Amino acid sequence: MWDYTDKVMEHFHNPRNQGKITEKQEGEEIVTGQVGSIACGDALKLHLKIDEETQTIKDATFQTFGCASAIASSSALTELLKGRKVDEAMKLTNKEIAESLGGLPEEKMHCSVMGQEALEAAIYTYKGIPLDDHEEDEGNLICRCFGISDTKIKRIIRENSLTTAEQVTNYVKAGGGCSSCLPDIDDLIEEITTEQETATVEQEKSVEAATEVWTNRDSSSVETSTTTQTTKTLTNLQKITLIQQVIDTEIRPILAEDGGDMELFDVVGDVVKVILKGACSGCASSTETLKLAIEATLQDRVLSTLTVESV
Amino acid sequence: MTNTIYLDNNATTKIDEDVLAAMLPYFTTYYGNPSSMHTFGGQIGKVVRQARSQVASLLGAEESEIVFTSCGTEGDNAAILAALKAQPKKKHIITTEVEHPAILNLCRRLERDGYTVTYLSVNSKGQIDFDELEASLTGNTAVVSVMYANNETGVIFPIEQIGQIVKEYGALFHVDAVQAVGKIPLDMKTSTIDLLTLSGHKIHAPKGIGALYVRKGVRFRPLLIGGHQERGRRGGTENVAGIVALGKAAELAQQHLGSIGREKILRDKLEQGILAAIPNTAVNGDPDNRLPNTSNIGFKFIEGEAILLSLDEYGICASSGSACSSGSLEPSHVLRALGLPYSVLHGSIRFSLSRYTTETEIDRVLEVLPGVIDRLRELSPFNSDDADWLQEQEQAVLAR
Ligand SMILES: Cc1ncc(COP(=O)(O)O)c(C=O)c1O
Ligand code: FES
Repeated sequence: MWDYTDKVMEHFHNPRNQGKITEKQEGEEIVTGQVGSIACGDALKLHLKIDEETQTIKDATFQTFGCASAIASSSALTELLKGRKVDEAMKLTNKEIAESLGGLPEEKMHCSVMGQEALEAAIYTYKGIPLDDHEEDEGNLICRCFGISDTKIKRIIRENSLTTAEQVTNYVKAGGGCSSCLPDIDDLIEEITTEQETATVEQEKSVEAATEVWTNRDSSSVETSTTTQTTKTLTNLQKITLIQQVIDTEIRPILAEDGGDMELFDVVGDVVKVILKGACSGCASSTETLKLAIEATLQDRVLSTLTVESV
Repeated sequence: MTNTIYLDNNATTKIDEDVLAAMLPYFTTYYGNPSSMHTFGGQIGKVVRQARSQVASLLGAEESEIVFTSCGTEGDNAAILAALKAQPKKKHIITTEVEHPAILNLCRRLERDGYTVTYLSVNSKGQIDFDELEASLTGNTAVVSVMYANNETGVIFPIEQIGQIVKEYGALFHVDAVQAVGKIPLDMKTSTIDLLTLSGHKIHAPKGIGALYVRKGVRFRPLLIGGHQERGRRGGTENVAGIVALGKAAELAQQHLGSIGREKILRDKLEQGILAAIPNTAVNGDPDNRLPNTSNIGFKFIEGEAILLSLDEYGICASSGSACSSGSLEPSHVLRALGLPYSVLHGSIRFSLSRYTTETEIDRVLEVLPGVIDRLRELSPFNSDDADWLQEQEQAVLAR
């Protein structure tokens, strides 16, 4: 059970300023900022009534779907906002929200972050500034101390080619608290290293395949060799037939070695749409490397301007 | 503090007073070691034997088929690992998506060690598909591990039908019966089960004691390697007080099996009361095929923890998902496997009764729950099915 402060529980049981704002007077504007989603398990709509002349927040209310600390954070946020100037409100941090509640458990700090983001969204809307997409931190929670998921840790490992859990701690804090998640971070590093090694092998294989075809060209397969040489004058039908042929005779057998498979879905202009199946279809990053490998083979064999899209 | 209304018996149970009385002397007067060569210790071997016989009797097993463990998790780990060690050439495991983490996380770990694991999916009622099971079984399958009843939804798997199929392929059959023991009559004599896990604290014995049933003939290598205790199947000086308690609890559970219908009547009263009084609620899992003490109910548009903490104010204890899931921010893997929409997934509550639950307690829950749900729905931005934001998001989830 979470170790909530009395203040959190008090706000949870008696939330301030819940609901929408419906009434406004001349010279006032109502704006709404919304963050989160029902899929993530928490979502917040923050409504602000702003006096245009003084640029002051006259009223703030909320509607929240979420746990006790999400509701308490929203409630505390509306209290902090009332009477603030818009520009001052912009400076409000999630830490202030948490502090006003006497602190939040580390794993629940995201509730205060959600409050801060909703505020930002509301003020941006008010000022007409377009909103960036916030990174969705979905996935399995790995570091409970800092609330960091495997999705985020993997991304950081990939982007920065990290090789030790200690590096991960330096980049995103994960592992820097109680350290009980370090073995899991080690596992993620291993997973990505293996993934990258396989990807390199895949690429080498596809290059090999392409070269093999190249060397075979004059000798054996007559149909294909003629068409490859006349790439520029390919009719659409010829192009599709050739792509299908290369896929069936050269790409699928290689994929099959690793338990994978693919299907030609459509060809639109120079875009070859394929369906990846089997062993590799679930994993986003191996899909990406596979796609590149297939693209390389098709460019080499059929037409250099082809691109591959997985659908 | 108001009186506690404990409806979280699938998480753990209160120690029965007779169980407590039976175990206490083994902390104080009879603290000897059953392996000792003096009467003071040696006489304790007798009570361990008696407890073993009580547990065996609850399962319809023989005494020599019972190994005492420290908990359900240990039993699950010991069973799977023993099954793998017994058949070193086989590298495939079959289990289900909805197992307890004691099985699921072990299987994930084994995947890293080179084993292949099939996680059978379940339909919206929480049942597996026999065709999928058959299609997954091969001569390479070492063990099939399926829980008897699910801890979150109470859904019962047709264990003997599954066992029949498993046996055709020569795999060992492990059943995590932690939630079923004491709630469903079991008889190992007529069963296809090779290995079966149970845990003391779910049947009114204390935490820290459990047992594993190992069918005679199954090659069992220990998880804890050490002394000759438990005929070499689990090293470590016996937890005598715990073992005595488990024996007594097993005896009481067997007696109580006859009156389990009372729990079901109360459970049904609670459930029907909730469904009648609160709109946008539904029972998760298979209403016709589940433990008599468990009800898992989805309350749309609100989040589980908020419901639990509101109920806590009234001294009502329930749970959202399994205790493990509610310590993390993930929705329950079991409910997710049922394919529930997100609007229900995060707002599902499990009520689990015991033989101590009273009708007054159920009435009290029915009295306060509608107000709790109403208040939270008032706070929620998604308070009806056609709230724009909700529609938008469900579309986005579907599109993914
Ligand atoms: C189905 C199931 N298996 C295993 C366990 C683990 O038992 P223990 O807590 O004794 O380790 C539990 C307990 O929640 C359970 O419900
Ligand atoms: S869980 Fe990551 S440091 Fe504590």
